[in-house]
Amino acid sequence: MVDIPLDQVAGIPPAEVGEVELYHPRSWWTRYVFSQDAKVIAVQYSITAMSIGMVALVLSWMMRLQLGFPGTFSFIDANQYLQFITMHGMIMVIYLLTALFLGGFGNYLIPLMVGARDMVFPYVNMLSYWVYLLAVLVLAATFFVPGGPTGAGWTLYPPQAILSGTPGQDWGIVFMLASLILFIIGFTMGGLNYVVTVLQARTRGMTLMRLPLTVWGIFTATVMALLAFPALFVASVMLLLDRLLGTSFFMPTLVEMGQLSKYGGGSPILFQHLFWFFGHPEVYIVALPAFGIISDLISTHARKNIFGYRMMVWAIVAIGALSFVVWAHHMYVSGMHPYFGFFFATTTLIIAIPTAIKVYNWVLTLWRGDIHLTVPMLFALGFIVTFVNGGLTGLFLGNVVVDVPLSDTMFVVAHFHMVMGIAPIMAVFGGIYHWYPKVTGRMLNDVLGKFHFWVTFIGAYAVFFPMHYLGLLGMPRRYHDIGETSFVPASAHDLNAFMSVAALIVGFAQLVFLFNLVWSLFKGKEAGGNPWGATSLEWQTPETPPGHGNWGKELPIVYRWAYDYSVPGAARDFVPQNEPPSGVVAQGAHP
Amino acid sequence: MAETTLMQPKAAPGTIPGLRGIAADWASDQRAFKNVSWGKAMMWIFLLSDTFIFSCFLLSYMTARMSTTVPWPNPSEVFALNIGSKHIPLILIAIMTFVLISSSGTMAMAVNFGYRHDRVRTAALMLATAAFGATFVGMQAFEWTKLIMEGVRPWGNPWGAPQFGACFFMITGFHGTHVTIGVIFLIAIARKVLRGDFDRERRGFFTSRKGYYEIVEITGLYWHFVDLVWVFIFAFFYLW
Repeated sequence: MVDIPLDQVAGIPPAEVGEVELYHPRSWWTRYVFSQDAKVIAVQYSITAMSIGMVALVLSWMMRLQLGFPGTFSFIDANQYLQFITMHGMIMVIYLLTALFLGGFGNYLIPLMVGARDMVFPYVNMLSYWVYLLAVLVLAATFFVPGGPTGAGWTLYPPQAILSGTPGQDWGIVFMLASLILFIIGFTMGGLNYVVTVLQARTRGMTLMRLPLTVWGIFTATVMALLAFPALFVASVMLLLDRLLGTSFFMPTLVEMGQLSKYGGGSPILFQHLFWFFGHPEVYIVALPAFGIISDLISTHARKNIFGYRMMVWAIVAIGALSFVVWAHHMYVSGMHPYFGFFFATTTLIIAIPTAIKVYNWVLTLWRGDIHLTVPMLFALGFIVTFVNGGLTGLFLGNVVVDVPLSDTMFVVAHFHMVMGIAPIMAVFGGIYHWYPKVTGRMLNDVLGKFHFWVTFIGAYAVFFPMHYLGLLGMPRRYHDIGETSFVPASAHDLNAFMSVAALIVGFAQLVFLFNLVWSLFKGKEAGGNPWGATSLEWQTPETPPGHGNWGKELPIVYRWAYDYSVPGAARDFVPQNEPPSGVVAQGAHP
Repeated sequence: MAETTLMQPKAAPGTIPGLRGIAADWASDQRAFKNVSWGKAMMWIFLLSDTFIFSCFLLSYMTARMSTTVPWPNPSEVFALNIGSKHIPLILIAIMTFVLISSSGTMAMAVNFGYRHDRVRTAALMLATAAFGATFVGMQAFEWTKLIMEGVRPWGNPWGAPQFGACFFMITGFHGTHVTIGVIFLIAIARKVLRGDFDRERRGFFTSRKGYYEIVEITGLYWHFVDLVWVFIFAFFYLW
């Protein structure tokens, strides 16, 4: 290998970006608690999100116990059942998945993957976490206020969300809306950091088209979140005013408990529009980071470059843009103008095209790859299967005529759990198994990991696959007790019991995962700097776990994209992004 | 596929004109917006996000106004004042708009003097901007008081659709909050300018980072945005 001066190698441009002024912690408090280091903030976000996620998991057990064995558990009454579904949905979608993907994975991976020392504004980043924690605490407090948490369903549709008779009408709904507003404020502070770091703080040689797809996914999702959360913010503020001040933004004239309510003239449909203008992009806010993570996992563990990198990037961007014009497909039965349904069905089906491009590219990346069935790879394969499954039922529900009879049945529950519950959580698990060695310096236990995967994957199918069938039978969602109806046969009740047992087993498998996380922290195999033989920058840090400032004295210089696996003629089957090209030339195979 | 020959810079970053230049900047490494600092980029993106908040508020208001079955109170009448013996429609709103737009002028001048490192004039103009902003909020408080005295409430009013009061208090309140936050920031930054923090590179209390005169411009971006939002509120709420 010949030493070539840097400025002659493929025209590495001079440094434009000044060094980050890092805040250097002086005490235990500023190092681990009020830390401004994105890596610590990422771990804080992840632990908080997973903790509140465990609450949502227990709530799902309660729901399944009630559905599987109605009447057996006297501590679950109808009101509590509604509160459980509301809190389960809200926690899983926003406080777990959004926070974990953007706050957790985003904070950890963005600075490392783009070759920055930290986020651009570490102090604001730290505030972001603490406001998020406050939002989580306010949310958790609803379990202890008089009347309990709100039972309005995670969509919080007015008028019923704030009418008497809905559980949590006194305090639950107020706390819920306050918590959402706090979450959005906290997220905005973090989100601005992620976007500016990706756009303005990349290292030399790191062009946008050399970013690992994980960064593309998280970046696009963050941009979407910054544009979609305002709608939820406004809807929350207005609903809060309706509840507390007696305004009538969303409240129509109606009779409540036999007498005319104080409200009048508001539009419940307006809330639905605002909510779903946030809600639909939200689906992709949790899906796009998953897409990115899965792309990287598949490429790394199949030892093959990602197929169609550019198309993958453009598909992410196209999905992000299209997801803002499909929101009313959640509202086919709301009574809006039928022409709207036509428009939104069309845009919804168009979004299947970039999504299908991504699925084909994942499969083509696997095609004739050197597939290592490691735990992250298993989860990545599980993601593809569950995502395709959920995506196909999405095509059903995207069409107005099919959606109308299936609306508010278990079919919808099966669809969205497959596509934005199981699939993203598969990406979360895959991501954790993949990056845990970088975060802690130790590998997660492989046997426990494989056990966790198989139980979760098969169990998730056992829970949600039969739900499609129940939905086609017409079994409604959000019902505390189906009771005796002519269209639900007795066998469906047996099926429900089966699904509940499966849900309990899947839930317990997550405890194995948590045990693995803690056990491996102390007893796991030493990982070394780059256990998977991966190319992207986070695996090339001088220390593992990466130290404060990530890179030691010099920032890395990037010479290539993140997917140089199995390059013919290269010394190893991967070429790190920061390896100068002369290394390849010296082998004599590359021109 | 080692993409090693991709980025041969043909010209210095940020110098190619037109669309080609934008494409070159976005295809380059390190920064997508050349010569734009992190703080300025962050403020622009925040303002984009905030635009969506105000858009949602205004669209919700328009939905309420268009779908209501009771008549909407006539803003020209509601916001009229009797000055002397004259009944002048929208006069207070006109003055408020004038004050706020003038404050944009002083803000722009402050940015100019900031880049010349003229501490005293920069601080004076920022404080003038803050004073205009405080005057605006004061007049808004007067307007709120007047309407409340006349019986306008978030849940109803004497003249028609109850959503009138609800939208009025919510939208002007949210905008007034923005102006108030802007005034606080202006005063804080003016103090830093006057003290010479940006010349001596004194570190911030919270962030322990050095400040630069560009912060005046970033504060200005926020201030102009708040002004621009007011123009839309003025057009859609008061003139409609």
